[in-house]
Order: sequence, then structure tokens, then C-alpha cells
Amino acid sequence: MSTAAPLRRSLVTPTTLVLVALVVIAFCFLLQRFLFGLGAVANINPGYPWGIWVVVDVIIGTAFGCGGFAMALLVYIFNRGQYHPLMRPALLSGLFGYTLGGFAVIFDLGRYWQAYNLLLPWHAQLNSVMFEVALCVMAYVVVLWIEFSPAFLERFGFVGIKRILERWMFVIVALGVLLPTMHQSSLGSMLLVMEYRLSPLWFTLWLPALFVISALAMGYAVVMFEATVVSKTFSLPSEHALISKMSIVVGWITVAWLVLRFGDLFARNALPLAFIGSISVFLFWVENAMFLAAALVFITPAGRASQRASFLGAVALLAGGSLYRLDAYLIGYQPLNNWSYFPSVPELMVSIGVVALEVLLYLIFIKTLPVLHGDAARR
Amino acid sequence: MDATCNPDIDFEACLGPNPDEPVFGGLTRRQMLQFCAGIAATMGLSATAGVRMAEAATAPARPPVIWLHGQECTGCTESLLRSYHPTLEAILLDVISLDYHDTLCIGAGKQALDYKHAMMEKNKGKYVLVTEGGTPMKDGGIYCKVGGKTQVELIREAAEGAAAVIAIGSCAAWGGIQSADPNPTGAVGTHEVIPGKLVINIPGCPPSPYNFLSTVLYLLTFGRPPELDQQNRPKFAYGRLIHENCERRPHFDAGRFALEFGDEGHRQGFCLYKIGCKGPETYANCPSIGFGDVGFGSWPVGTGHPCFGCTEKETGFRKPLHALSTVKTLTPPTAFPQVDAEKGKGISIGAAAAVGVVGGLVVGAGAMLLKQMGDGKKSAPDETKERV
Amino acid sequence: MTEVDRRDFLRGAGFATAAAAVPTEASAAIARPPKQISPQAVGMLYDSTLCIGCRACVAACKEANKMPAEVPATLTGWNENTWDSAEDLSGRTLNVIKVYRNGTAEQKDHEINGFAFVKRHCLHCIDPSCVSVCPVGAMQKDAATGIVSYDPDVCIGCRYCVYGCPFGVPQFDFSSALGKIAKCEFCRHLQKDGKIPACCDVCPTGASLFGPVKELEREIERRTAAAPGTPYQFPRGKIGENRPPNAATIPTYVKGVYGEHEAGGTQVRYLAGVPFPKLGLPTVGRQSPASLSEGMQHTIYQWLIAPLVAFVGFAFLARRNLALHHDDDAPPSKEG
Repeated sequence: MSTAAPLRRSLVTPTTLVLVALVVIAFCFLLQRFLFGLGAVANINPGYPWGIWVVVDVIIGTAFGCGGFAMALLVYIFNRGQYHPLMRPALLSGLFGYTLGGFAVIFDLGRYWQAYNLLLPWHAQLNSVMFEVALCVMAYVVVLWIEFSPAFLERFGFVGIKRILERWMFVIVALGVLLPTMHQSSLGSMLLVMEYRLSPLWFTLWLPALFVISALAMGYAVVMFEATVVSKTFSLPSEHALISKMSIVVGWITVAWLVLRFGDLFARNALPLAFIGSISVFLFWVENAMFLAAALVFITPAGRASQRASFLGAVALLAGGSLYRLDAYLIGYQPLNNWSYFPSVPELMVSIGVVALEVLLYLIFIKTLPVLHGDAARR
Repeated sequence: MDATCNPDIDFEACLGPNPDEPVFGGLTRRQMLQFCAGIAATMGLSATAGVRMAEAATAPARPPVIWLHGQECTGCTESLLRSYHPTLEAILLDVISLDYHDTLCIGAGKQALDYKHAMMEKNKGKYVLVTEGGTPMKDGGIYCKVGGKTQVELIREAAEGAAAVIAIGSCAAWGGIQSADPNPTGAVGTHEVIPGKLVINIPGCPPSPYNFLSTVLYLLTFGRPPELDQQNRPKFAYGRLIHENCERRPHFDAGRFALEFGDEGHRQGFCLYKIGCKGPETYANCPSIGFGDVGFGSWPVGTGHPCFGCTEKETGFRKPLHALSTVKTLTPPTAFPQVDAEKGKGISIGAAAAVGVVGGLVVGAGAMLLKQMGDGKKSAPDETKERV
Repeated sequence: MTEVDRRDFLRGAGFATAAAAVPTEASAAIARPPKQISPQAVGMLYDSTLCIGCRACVAACKEANKMPAEVPATLTGWNENTWDSAEDLSGRTLNVIKVYRNGTAEQKDHEINGFAFVKRHCLHCIDPSCVSVCPVGAMQKDAATGIVSYDPDVCIGCRYCVYGCPFGVPQFDFSSALGKIAKCEFCRHLQKDGKIPACCDVCPTGASLFGPVKELEREIERRTAAAPGTPYQFPRGKIGENRPPNAATIPTYVKGVYGEHEAGGTQVRYLAGVPFPKLGLPTVGRQSPASLSEGMQHTIYQWLIAPLVAFVGFAFLARRNLALHHDDDAPPSKEG
């Protein structure tokens, strides 16, 4: 059946060197942040207390990490074993998406040295959505590492431990589906308290559902995207046959999202707001056009058959999902007291550095651990 | 003296042939010119106007003045007696011809009144009438009489032949203390006794003598009153709020207030607004020129007493001493943060470039990948995938 | 990318706020019941018409709370930390006086060609969002006095309170490596010694008035019931305390009391002569945002029943399906 194996490629390439440089730059700015405070590096201000470090690195970053969640749901819960070859790369991207999301939270926290208070039961604040998100994400990072650990165990030959782990894997898998459902929906619930500061184009009671559905769609999209990019980059056999089969699921999830999104806007009579000339309204349409484009690709047989269209569909879905999160958290948000915000260069470089680190670690992992299904063994 | 020369440029030239000759109340020509230049400066006039004033004041024919007292305390005259440059007697004897003054008369009774009438007849249309004190109007004005005539009659009679009328002090300007609620005698200011005639008001309790002298000299020099505000007060003296020039203003701005007489803040010289200072709604030059020529701070607020607003009809004697004043600043200061001020750093060139580079890389990498697709070719070296 | 075209957005919000807001029935069904004000709650009344913009309250606040002076970047050219001139609430400013200005700005408390002052600080909501969103309980609302307090030793600096406050009040000090949240706490350290909040203590006109919310409500009623121009003794400092009042006349108030209903009601109330939105006070609905967000969370996670059922279901399916594909990952590598 499956034959996951490390890629026999050099670790030092021009790409990895550029990535290392970007990571080093980010760490220099982070040093500055820890010595002189957030304001020395980031443009965040009283009107925009959350900048791209929260919204891009954590809220969008973890959505990119939903590949593991989406594939686990499909493979283990809905019993579609044929997609299993996509499971480990998906888990790996999830691992990095979430681990680095958690890492990004630490340098964005203003009083990070007290972050352990989140784990002290007498400080737990059960009304806080943030509390639930924080605990769920922390737990899910652990779950992801356990889910992924067979790759290490295989690599280093701990067969005994692997066997024990496999007996209990169903608990881990169940958690690996439950936890992302909880916190990805809660990323939407976090905005419910913004009732009076978020544009009605984004504020709705359906925010939790919209967030979890789009996270799922983005999870599949990221798997499709990665499979294509990796197979092209490393000249591996194309996984397109598998992807095109899976993409009908993605198509209908996207359609469901669009129906919920516009049905809700219509029911709340908020659609007229979408016809006012402004940047936020423009981005609203861009965001939804992306989802619509992806839906059109994935529900039509011709779109699914074309490798090019499928790849573009996955990209559109990732872009649309990211923009939806960016819009809901920063662009559709109305700051008080006329504050404006655009990330500073150091702020951007830190976010770029986080992504670079993610890509770098992904490359190192697939080259040293059995993650990808190589040329010799395709289903 | 040459009225066209400018003493700022050539003081000596303006003095004429005999600069040290006594010309005026014991003052030499040099001293007189210095005094008038100072007065002109007080009024915001040019130095040449000072020369013209000196000229007018030392002219042989001194303008006659008739000075009437009504309901008052003679405080205004007392204030005038304390002017030092020049002294009052110099002005009264040499600048103007004070033909009649209820307090400063040498004669008395019928003799004095007959002289007044004679002078009014003789100088009809040329004399200046100065009124000091309020005028009772109730019950036919019987509450203030001189020589059997009511104050109302006396003022109307004197105003008829007057070239100009000056009301000195708050009482003459609008009734003063006796006009305060319930105003038992129906006291009013001079301008209400002779409606239709211009009355220059020099309010104050008492007013600074220099505000009066400057006005008189201006009248003598130019033959017309100085620029007046809506209540006929000369603008040079009553153009600005006390609050604007008050030496305690920084304490107001910083929020340091005396809370009661004798408390820590009061002893520290903090702002007196909270104990009822009316400076913020009162127009007068008290903080700028002070009283009594004894140096800086010689005015009520300077000595620790809140301004009580004597130069304002609606304030002095009408508002309680402890009541807070209305801050009449014309416009709010610019230093306040605006409600609708735009804040935050906009997009920087570097940030735009960074976003552009990343965006370009993503699109470029995507396009390269797309190119490889579909044609079934498998190649390409390591390729970065970036995402935003 | 993230710059919002605010004017357009505002116009848009005004265009359809009533229609596009979340349907009240749906929202009310999900929201938990609103919280009630404590009978001993203390509060403040800020009467914009009495405020003369002296900023005594700003200076006193800085001193009482040991906050450093703040000079915005635009003013550093001429103001080398000599004057505190905060533009807005920030990590170093708990209280600020701002001005509304229109046209020639000649008349106080006039909307057209006038100006008016406004004081901004924490409103001490009856049902505060900051308390609801804080993951570690660093924000607390006192059960008796209703004062919303902050504990820097618990706070993790996530700034959700800054983001979530409908009034834009709590602020994080971005300029320090060890920054913390700053917000007005009604000078609770002074109240312990029987004093009143510094801003109300120094206010010369009684524009900022401290006292029990119930008494402040009665005071508001007296002021709004009286005809404009009526002589009135405006209390100063703390209501009911025997300080000499400010004898003035009743001004013309705009309709309404800001803070009475906003976000479920607040313990700070505003009276003004200029419409509240013009003063920069945000337009906020009656329902407290905290009640909606908590209602949603507790609906989904009540007794953790839904997550537990889901977990059992997932576990059952995963166990069955894993058994079917047991040897999926089996081959122990070493091939290439």
C-alpha cells in the first residue's frame, strides 16, 4: 500500500539559503521587539491593537494548517481511505501552520512572560472565547505532533512505540478532528463581541459556522496546492488523479459556504451595503469572487479534470479564505477615534520570516522523514 | 515741536530749540515728550502721535472740563489723584482747565455753581463733560441732588453744550453698586440719562487713571474718541480679557487652582478661577498696567484676590463673588486634540515595496508552475512557494 | 491592504445600520440575559456644557495614577516633554479632553460654527466586554461598586480587551518592552482612603461629577427637566458632599443621556449640548456585546455536551476506519 519515504535531495539549495536569510532578518526584528516593545517594530496602535502578527500569522496561518484536520475528517471519519497518501503531507503542513501560529502568538503577546496563566485553573475565564481558542490550539499542536510522530518513529526505528501508538491512534484522530472544529469556529466567535465595530457585511451570528466551513475548504485547498507544488518542484508523479476525485467535496463545501454567506446577508437585509463604493466593499467582492471561482472549478467535471484549473481553484480558495479572515478582523473593522493602520516593514518582515521558517522546515522534513509517497510506489 | 517728526527716529529733532525749558507742570519739554510718547505707546499709537499729544497738551488754550459727581464714593477721583506721570495737578492745572469739579473745587456753594454756569456758557460746545457716579432715576431722581437740582437735570443741562462726554467708573458707566439688585433708587449709567449722545465709558472700580488720561489726550489730539467697543469702552484698554494676560494663566492651563482663601494653592499663587475669579469673562487691561505705579503684580489677582469683573456690566456687583465665570475664549485653543483627528501611520514606501515583492514572487512562482502544468513535462529545479 | 476607507465605511454603516444589524430577535434569543447594575454602583456624570477645557482633570489623572507625560510625534518638534499633550487614550493616558470644532468655532456647545469639549475615559460598563473577553480574568468588575479593574500581574497582553471594547477604552502601552494595559479604574487606590477620583476632585465647574449612579441619575433628571436658562446650583466633586456648588444656568441639552443604554448601560453618563456622535462618542446599540458572545459560547458548549458527543462519535468512527486501513503507514521506510 503506502510507501512514504524521505526525498533524497540536498538540504542546501539557493532556495533554502534565501529562506534562512529571511528567517534571520525576522529574528533580528524580533530581538528589537523584545528589547524595546511592540511599538518599536510594529505599527499597531490604539485603534488597531491587532495587526498582521495576529491576523496573518495566527488566524490565517492556522487556517492554512487545517490540511491535517480536513484530511483526517475525510479519511478517518468519512472513511475515504483512498486519499490516505495525502494524509502525511497534510499533517506536516498542519504541524507547521499550528506550531508556528503558536510561536507567533508568543511574540505578539504583550506580557508573554505571564502566558502560563492560561494554564492555571484559578485564572481560567470560561466566558472568554480567547481562552477556549488558546487551550484548543495548544492541545491541537500536541495532537498534531502525536499524529505525525509515526514518521519519526519509522525514521528512527522505534517500532514498538509505534505499535502502542497505533492502538490508541483513534483517540488522537478524534481529537484531531474535534479540536480544530472547536477553535476554528471560535475564531469566528471571537468577533461576536465586535457587534458595534464590525461592518454588517461581516458581522453575523453565523460567524462561527462561516469560519469553520471556510477553514475546512482551505484545508483541502492547501493539500491540493501542496501536492501540486511539491510534485512539480521535485518532479514527483502527479497526484492529480487523486486530487480531482477529492475536489468535488471541496466544490460543494465552497458552495455551501457561499449559500450561507449570501443567504445570511440577504436575510439580514445587509446586501445593499455591498453596493457602496469603498475599499472594504471592493475587498468583500474580491473575497467572494475567489470563493465563487473555486466553486465553479470544483463542481464542474471539466474544471476538476484540468490540472491547471484545479491548481488555480485551490489558490483562489486559499486567497479567498485568507482575505475573508483579513477582512473580518482588520478591514471590515471600524476603528474608533480615526486610527489607521498599515503594517510596517519590520512587521511584514517578521510575518514573512514566519512563513519562510514554515517552508524551510517543511523542506527539511520531507527530505529527512518519510512523508511523501515517492515515484516507485503510487497507488 | 514739529508734529511731523518721529521721536523713534530722531528724538532730539522733535524737541525743538529749547528742550530743557519748563513747559508743563514742572516738566521740561523733553520730559513732556517722553510722557506723551509713553501714553501714545499705551494706546498703540505711533510715536508721532505722541508728539502731537505733547503739542496739544501744552497748547496755550487748555480745553475746559466740567466734572460732575452722582451716586459714588469718589474712588475714581482718588484713583486719578494717584497718577504719577504726570501728577494729577499738572494735568488739571496745565493740560486741561478743570473749570468745575464737585470735590476739587476751591470755591463752594453758590459761588462754585455760578462759576460752573458761567464756564458752560462761555465754552459752549467746547468743553468736555466727565461724569462720575450713577444717576438715580426713581421718583423723579430725588435721591441725588446738588444745589437743589437733581443729578438727572444737572447732567442733561451740562451735556447740552458738551463737546464730548466721558463716564468714569463703573457707576457712571452703568449704575455701579447702587444699581445692583434691588436697585432702590433706580440708578443708571450716564448714557441712559442722555440717550442719543455718545458717552465714552471708562468702567472700573476704580478704573486705572491712565485709561482715563489716555482717552482725554486722544480726544484733545485728534478731536474724536478712540476706537470703542460695543459698550463704548476704548478698545486700547478694554480689548482683551483679563484671562489672556493674567500672570496666573499658566496655573489655569496646568490645572492648578486655589480652592479656598489661604489654602496651599492660594499661598502658592495658583489660579483663582475656582474661588470666583471673573478674569475669564472680563475685558480690561489690569494685568498689563497694574495700579498705583508700584511695579509688577499690583492689581487684585496679582495680590491674591479673584477679579470681580468691575468693568463688565453683567458681572461686577451682579454676580456673586464666589460664582464661577464663563470662559469667554473666542475659539478653543488649537492644542486640544480634535475629536475627528486622523491618527496612525500610513503605508510606507518600504512596506508597499515588501508587499509588492512578496505578491510578485507569489504570482511569478504560480505562473511558472502553471506553465509546467498540463503539458505533462516534469522538470524545474527547487522552487519557492511563498504565500501571503 | 488593511487600510480602511473609513469615511465610506461610516457612510455605509449609516446607510443601512438599522436594516443590516443582526435581527434583534435572533440576537436576543442567543444572548444571555443582560446584567443588572449593582445598587451600590458608583459612577460619574460628565456634563460637556459645563466643561471649560481647562484640562485640570487630565493633569490630576496623570499625577494620581503616576502616568508619564505623552507627546505625540507631530508635536515633538516644539514640545520636548514639557507639556503633556496626549492626542487620545493610550497606554500612558487614562483620561483625555478632546474638542469638537465646526466652522468658525465661535460659540460653545453649538453644533454649527461652535465647539464643545468631551472627556474620554472608561465608562465602566454594567456588562463589560473587556471582562468577558479576557482569557485569564485580568479584568474584573467589582460586584458592589461596579468598578472595572485591571490586574497587570495576571494579564498576558493579548489585547483582546482593546480590540473588543465598544468604546475604545483599554489601551496597551506599545512603547515599553514590559508594557501593560492602561484604563481608568475610578482611582480606586484613592477611594480606599476615602477620597474621590482625581478628575472629579479637581474639576472647577462640576463638569465631572462623582457619586452613586442612583444619585447621578436623579441629578440628570433634575437638569434635563429644568428649562434652559433656569438658575441652577451645579454640584462639584462628589454629589451630596458639601462643597460649594457652581451657580450657573441650565444650558440647552441635546436629547438623551449617553451611557444610559449604550452596550447594556454604563456607570459613566454624558450630558452635552452637541450630538454625541459629533463628540466622537461611538454609536453603540443597547445590547451588551458580551451577552451575545457569551450566549453563543454557552449555547454551543453548554456542559460540554456537544463536544463530548462529537468526540465519542469521531472516536468510534476513527477506530472502525483505522482498523480497516490498519497498515496504511506500515512499510518502515528505507527505500527511495
